[in-house]
Amino acid sequence: MTRSLPVWWRRRIPRYRLIGARCKECGKIHYPPRTSCPYCGSNSLEEVQLPRRGILESYSVIYSVPGDNRLNAPIIVGLVNINGVRIVAELTDVLPGELSTGLEVEAVVRKISETSDTGIITYGVKFRPVLGAGSGAGQDTGEA
Amino acid sequence: MGRRVAIVGTGHSKFGVRNDVNIAELAYEAISKAISSAGIEKKEIDLVVTGYVGGWSSEGLAPVVVMEYAGLTGKPGYRIEAACATGSAAIKTAHDAIASGEADIALVVGVEKMNESPTPTVVEFIGRAGNYFWEFENFGLTFPGYYALYATAYMGKYGATEEDLCRVAVKNHYYASMNPKAQFPRAITLEQCMKSRYIAWPLKLFDCSPITDGAAAVVLASEEVAQKLTDSPVWIESIGVSVGTSNLSKRDQFTSLNAATLAAKMAYKKAGIDPENPAKYLDVAEVHDCFTIAEILAYEDLGFAKRREGYKLIREEQTYIGGLIPVNLSGGLKAKGHPLAATGISMAVELTNQLLGKVEKGRQADIKNGRALAHNIGGTGHYAYVTIYSLSKPRA
Ligand SMILES: [Zn+2]
Repeated sequence: MTRSLPVWWRRRIPRYRLIGARCKECGKIHYPPRTSCPYCGSNSLEEVQLPRRGILESYSVIYSVPGDNRLNAPIIVGLVNINGVRIVAELTDVLPGELSTGLEVEAVVRKISETSDTGIITYGVKFRPVLGAGSGAGQDTGEA
Repeated sequence: MGRRVAIVGTGHSKFGVRNDVNIAELAYEAISKAISSAGIEKKEIDLVVTGYVGGWSSEGLAPVVVMEYAGLTGKPGYRIEAACATGSAAIKTAHDAIASGEADIALVVGVEKMNESPTPTVVEFIGRAGNYFWEFENFGLTFPGYYALYATAYMGKYGATEEDLCRVAVKNHYYASMNPKAQFPRAITLEQCMKSRYIAWPLKLFDCSPITDGAAAVVLASEEVAQKLTDSPVWIESIGVSVGTSNLSKRDQFTSLNAATLAAKMAYKKAGIDPENPAKYLDVAEVHDCFTIAEILAYEDLGFAKRREGYKLIREEQTYIGGLIPVNLSGGLKAKGHPLAATGISMAVELTNQLLGKVEKGRQADIKNGRALAHNIGGTGHYAYVTIYSLSKPRA
């Protein structure tokens, strides 16, 4: 794990917000954000805020958790599809038995970890089921 | 393209927890057998390629240590790394050196001592095999977790069950029970597997390959040299290689490994194998079952089963001896063990012995076509190697 404060500081924005990069040439959206497009070779990309709702495409309940996250075990990790842009993130406010592929989920900011040596608390994006949403529910396509 | 290359010698250490030896001694168990079975002297070796992932082991420059212990100091040599596909990458590197005319005889060895580190360290190290910052540090996604995402997506879409995954473990343990080199040479029941604890749901302890120490080695030779050394060379007919995305989130589906599909296509094309029905051309396969779901994905990526139907192969026992195509008669990574860099070379050793009819009774495949396939994956489809081994001399 990273122990250095400056490194942690530089990473704070992508941790808190769903910022991707949109290619101005071909329109592809990349997450994590990047400065060149591997599809068309363009170097012209702009930051975009991704929608906060997506569909749960897959998930796992991790019982053997490494590093500082060990105290939080088990953790639920989901693969979320937001209009074709995929994000791997932790799921929250839900029990494993309540999950199924196709479930509609939304992004929220939560505590991710607390390092044991420096006491730095890391926050970041997690996803939770949209209240009252079922499998295959419609997807919010608007900007958050 | 280039000169033909054959396997002329093989060696394989016992896999398991090997605190009884250091890394050089472990490697030499495989090297000495490979050299003696090839019937060559050390001075005849032109090149030494060492596969080593390391990180958990006290030796930083393992190839140098391994070569010194083996009495090979002074020869050309280097280390090759492609995660869990390191062994196949090392074979490919030595193959290319011989095919190009740079070498006539090459020794390829893969070695790993993963038990020198405590389990959490190994889990953390392997977890970094994906995209470290975005998927490991942020969320604590582990290596079993990566494959679990594939398992959940596959089961949700196609109707495979946790029992189907466990059936792979039962088969591989059954064949490992007849392989004295295996880490777990014992059979298990479906119930034992189903009752084991979850590591990363839906994957349980018995769905996962173990942490293994081990070494495997092969001696490769050019056509001219091979035919002088032996009446029974096993030829490397073709090798397909592909690299997948680093981020899992960059992939467009989670029911197959694109890199494996591409590598198989390349290998089949070069060997003249019909990709619609490859099982007809092959007698036996070793596939990368680091997790049980990975073997089911391999059935489909290699074209042994149609898309969506891989799990039916194991359910109908078509990958046992006597079925469509026997898979992992060594016990696979699951039960033979998975010392990362040794695994691809261990597959080569196993398939050479299978083709030559030299493995233990009860796990010997019927050899009719004289062809065998190795499928070796690095990470979660980050690297894929598909290698075809053959008793008959390949087309030029
Ligand atoms: Zn573009």
